[in-house]
Amino acid sequence: MIQFENVTAYYEKDAPILKNVSFTVERGEAVGLIGANGAGKTTLMRALLGLLPHEGRITVDGVEVTKKTLPEIRRKLGFVLQNSDNQMFMPTVYEDMIFGPLNYGASREEAEARVDAVLSRLELTELKHRHNHKLSGGEKRMAAIATVLAMEPEAILMDEPTSALDPQNRRLVINTVRELPETKLITSHDLDMIWDTCDRVILLDRGTVAADGPAEEILRSRELLETNRMELPLRFSAL
Amino acid sequence: MNKMDRSILALREMDALAAGDSPVHQLHPVAKLLTTIAYIAATVSFGKYQLSGLLVMILYPALVFSLSGVGVGTCLRKLRFVLPLVLAVGLFNPLFDRAPLLTVGGVTVSGGVVSMVTLMLKGVFCLAASFLLMATTSIDDLCAALRRLHVPSLLVTLLLLTFRYVGVMTEELSVMTDAYHLRAPGQKGIRFAAWGSFLGQLLLRSMDRADELYGSMQLRGFSGSFAYAGSKRFSGRDAVWLILWALIFALCRSFDVAGVLGALLMGGNR
Repeated sequence: MIQFENVTAYYEKDAPILKNVSFTVERGEAVGLIGANGAGKTTLMRALLGLLPHEGRITVDGVEVTKKTLPEIRRKLGFVLQNSDNQMFMPTVYEDMIFGPLNYGASREEAEARVDAVLSRLELTELKHRHNHKLSGGEKRMAAIATVLAMEPEAILMDEPTSALDPQNRRLVINTVRELPETKLITSHDLDMIWDTCDRVILLDRGTVAADGPAEEILRSRELLETNRMELPLRFSAL
Repeated sequence: MNKMDRSILALREMDALAAGDSPVHQLHPVAKLLTTIAYIAATVSFGKYQLSGLLVMILYPALVFSLSGVGVGTCLRKLRFVLPLVLAVGLFNPLFDRAPLLTVGGVTVSGGVVSMVTLMLKGVFCLAASFLLMATTSIDDLCAALRRLHVPSLLVTLLLLTFRYVGVMTEELSVMTDAYHLRAPGQKGIRFAAWGSFLGQLLLRSMDRADELYGSMQLRGFSGSFAYAGSKRFSGRDAVWLILWALIFALCRSFDVAGVLGALLMGGNR
């Protein structure tokens, strides 16, 4: 469904962050994107979403990511930002959730039905008319996921979905993410979360793919992780 | 809590006020906007000596305050910086216009005093009406109303984004001010030498956040104009509200309602 072919992405052309990256994500797969700070995880997401210039070829469902195809690409991909404050820009959860569907041409009735369905699916109905600035960190993160789901994307991209959450909210987000049937591409330093939610892991180091394989294989390899400036997930490091 | 935090709270307080559920809040934003415009137009059109006629115009803000549940105190608190400016308008009128105009209880009142009071009241009434519009209508609904009245999309979007980004910038300023004061104990304000880098950082940080927010909007299909979430249908009740007030304003403007009432109450012996 998502394909990267020799992709180089950059903020400044002479200093690429992502270098010749190639991989494919199949429909329905849950892929964890891991790597140390500066490895290029967020850059990869931003390039995929057309928020950053790139060279090489990125396709989503066979449609190449270009300026022209961005509306189509973004309709297929939902992106949950690391900072929920930046994701939620409308006054209330309801208004934030309905923003995307209305922009993509859904009728008000259809958009409202979608909002209600997503809120009910995530058991967040009581948040519907709450003001965004009055939500707790955990509620805000769940609401941010809900705003993306209301767009009915085919794939969901998440940037550090469990960062800055307390253990209970972290577990709530993990359980929610795990149950999502959509294709998932998740970046995180929380390797235990990646273990819980992803079948496959792509390990990035300094802008290149250092390893790509089953989560079981990569997340249990102390040598591979440490070579690439990472550590074993807590659940294995204690063993 | 620093000044910036208080500003953020003030912005959010307006959002919270606008999210109320009173009969006035439930009215269509177009009806409220047009009524407010009609009210302001009628109020400012009173002549500078038509004080008694103008006094009747208090009816609209008084009724809206009462129906909406918005406190007069809240209004005065929010407008505390603007009100003195409004009250200062016409302050010199008594000096320039000393011709006697009327006598109240044996005291001769000059035209300048009457025109000063008239100007002040006009300003206060118009500000109160504008405040009530903002306090009973969310910014999104207000923008939706402006679009329905065919105000160019660019202007409306600019207004909406400015409102949103003021909050973003204030939040960044608040974080930076806190960080500064934590490492500059006992210092009042920000040292002049740090202003340049402080403002530069503020600009860069606000741009980063604005960029991130804009990215988030783009990813959810934003292409330059808002599909306003709060737009409602214009009902018969909205039409009645608008027409009724327009008639009342026209009546107040055409007749000296206060004079007529006064004459009726005093049996014509004024």
